[in-house]
Amino acid sequence: MTTRTPLLAAQRRGAPARAPRRGHRARRREAAAGWLFSAPAIVMLIVFLAVPIGMAAWVSISDWGGIGSPLSAGVRAVGLTNYRALLTEPGLPQQDLALSLRDNLYYVLLVVPLQTTLALFLAIVVSRRALRGRGFFRTAFYFPSVTSSVAISIVFLFLFANGGVVNGLLGYVGVRGPNWFSDPSGVLHLILRAAGVSRPPHLLAAHGLLGMSWWGWLAGPSMAMLTLVVLAVWTTAGIFMLLFLPALYNISGDIEEAALVDGAGAWTRFRRITLPLLRPVLFLVLTLGLIGTWQVFDQVFLITQGNPAGTTLTPAYLAYQVSFGNEQWGQGAAIAFILFAIILAFTILQRLLVRERGGGANPWSQT
Amino acid sequence: MTAAGPDVTAAARPAGQPGTDPGARKPSAGRAAGRRNPWLRGMVYLALVVAAIAYIYPFLLELGTAFKTETDAVGHPTNPLPHNWVVTGFTQLGQEDFPRWLLNSVIVAVFVTAGRLLFDSMAGYALARLRFRGRQALFTAVVAVIAVPGVVLLIPKFLVIKELGIYDSYPGLIVPLLADASGVFIMKQFFESIPRSIEEAAHIDGAGTFRTFWSVVLPMARPALIALTILAFQASWNDFSDILIAHQSPALDTLTTGVGRLVSGQLGTATQYPLKLAAAVAMTVPVAVIFFVFQKYIMRTTDGAVKE
Repeated sequence: MTTRTPLLAAQRRGAPARAPRRGHRARRREAAAGWLFSAPAIVMLIVFLAVPIGMAAWVSISDWGGIGSPLSAGVRAVGLTNYRALLTEPGLPQQDLALSLRDNLYYVLLVVPLQTTLALFLAIVVSRRALRGRGFFRTAFYFPSVTSSVAISIVFLFLFANGGVVNGLLGYVGVRGPNWFSDPSGVLHLILRAAGVSRPPHLLAAHGLLGMSWWGWLAGPSMAMLTLVVLAVWTTAGIFMLLFLPALYNISGDIEEAALVDGAGAWTRFRRITLPLLRPVLFLVLTLGLIGTWQVFDQVFLITQGNPAGTTLTPAYLAYQVSFGNEQWGQGAAIAFILFAIILAFTILQRLLVRERGGGANPWSQT
Repeated sequence: MTAAGPDVTAAARPAGQPGTDPGARKPSAGRAAGRRNPWLRGMVYLALVVAAIAYIYPFLLELGTAFKTETDAVGHPTNPLPHNWVVTGFTQLGQEDFPRWLLNSVIVAVFVTAGRLLFDSMAGYALARLRFRGRQALFTAVVAVIAVPGVVLLIPKFLVIKELGIYDSYPGLIVPLLADASGVFIMKQFFESIPRSIEEAAHIDGAGTFRTFWSVVLPMARPALIALTILAFQASWNDFSDILIAHQSPALDTLTTGVGRLVSGQLGTATQYPLKLAAAVAMTVPVAVIFFVFQKYIMRTTDGAVKE
């Protein structure tokens, strides 16, 4: 079968005699070239992706203390000790993990919907053919995402500083801005306090998960976390806008025109036509958002280092801190694997949902 | 950051498959609506202007404050225009190790970009064109690898870098960044989109596989190579976490980790906004230049769809 294509191609070019002679040896040479060509990239991927995962898996179940090689004879396996310390045994490691999961969860819950909505809005506005200066706006919205996280972090430290830009602007309209980077109280707790609930109900304080009471879980994001949320939404909306744009251009003018003739208003057209047709991209954007927001590291490292009072801790940063800072490599690697499991779960969930929705025979696909 | 995913999709559609067909479009319904409903149009413009201000004002502040005096920066943070223009921020930057960081960033970016261009295009070509056993499995593996979250790999990568004895050296900074599954994917997609006939002609004329690849295929791949160059340069220039875990001596700091230490207060606790923002400006300029020069390649997917 495989020889047929080149043979036919050769015949078409009027060189039928040469094709058979190119047969076996040529194909063997081609196979060798194939392996040779892909070797550098594949070796890199194995050495810096596959091997590291294996080594980290070993470290996460070992007592390696950071000295010498983790593969040397002195390092012993300790089973699931590191995972138990994080997941089941009360103590500092478990508290920190719970904090980081809570903080990151609020980050995800805020960033994903906000960045998706903003990106969709920007894309819709920028795709309007009536808009003058479309290219300019598109560039302005996309530019933050090509800038380094370090530069963006500096700008945000400046914007949200005490007596900085944001508080200055709030001052113009008579609002006294908070100390963005030093107030550890969660937004939900603040709201409850304003409503007169300053002490946790017994039911929420007495029970919990991972060593943190439900009251603690329900703190909400701190002011410092909110600045990280704003940073993420501001930076990533432009990328996702670019993903929405081709899909928006693909919506045929005919459909819109027909709806317009039928007297559908702008909102109805958006809800009944644009949104359903955008569903695949919307899904992609949501998935990428979910995966990305669980990996926030740079900004935490640069802006807050997990402070104030651990309200901006994330699993990615915690893993770094525990291993590179406290030299507890086993525990750090275990945190990384727990994070991996979380992200993997979201990825698999997405694949399953896509498979369920995909396929032409799906009777629900028309709704 | 999250940039890898979306950028991949944007660049994975090389020339020839613009995703939409601009010629076939009907006159837009949006325009008709805009004409019919001036109120809606006004609202859209208003929202757009607000968004544009939210996106441009921070950059203006960054630029302006970099040229302010310390007291001016703290006293009038909301005004992007300096009282007197001074360059103390930049001169102070020169006294830090800034030139060294710049040099290191250039070294890392150049080697990573060159390496990725070569390796990614070779592997992409093999996966797209050459027939060999195990090709499909390799491609599946490459796609699977794209999904591995980078941040999770920080500790694991550090372990391997240490084990290989390249920790705290230039190879330690550069070589791990050469592993780039999405680049292989982009190149493979591109090679599949160009016609086979020219290579076959070269083959018939007696050129070997490498010769064909180097002097026939690569020149045709210019658009994809430019897109890959931009992605690789941007990724390595902006990379923070991978550089962070691969070295400890300050002499190997790149712009991101050097300025990062400056920011997270390891080099003094004063606010020093002009200095820090000058650093932010200086490290943004190269990517900004590349971004504006090659914009049409970066935004290819959307550009194909829009006729001004």
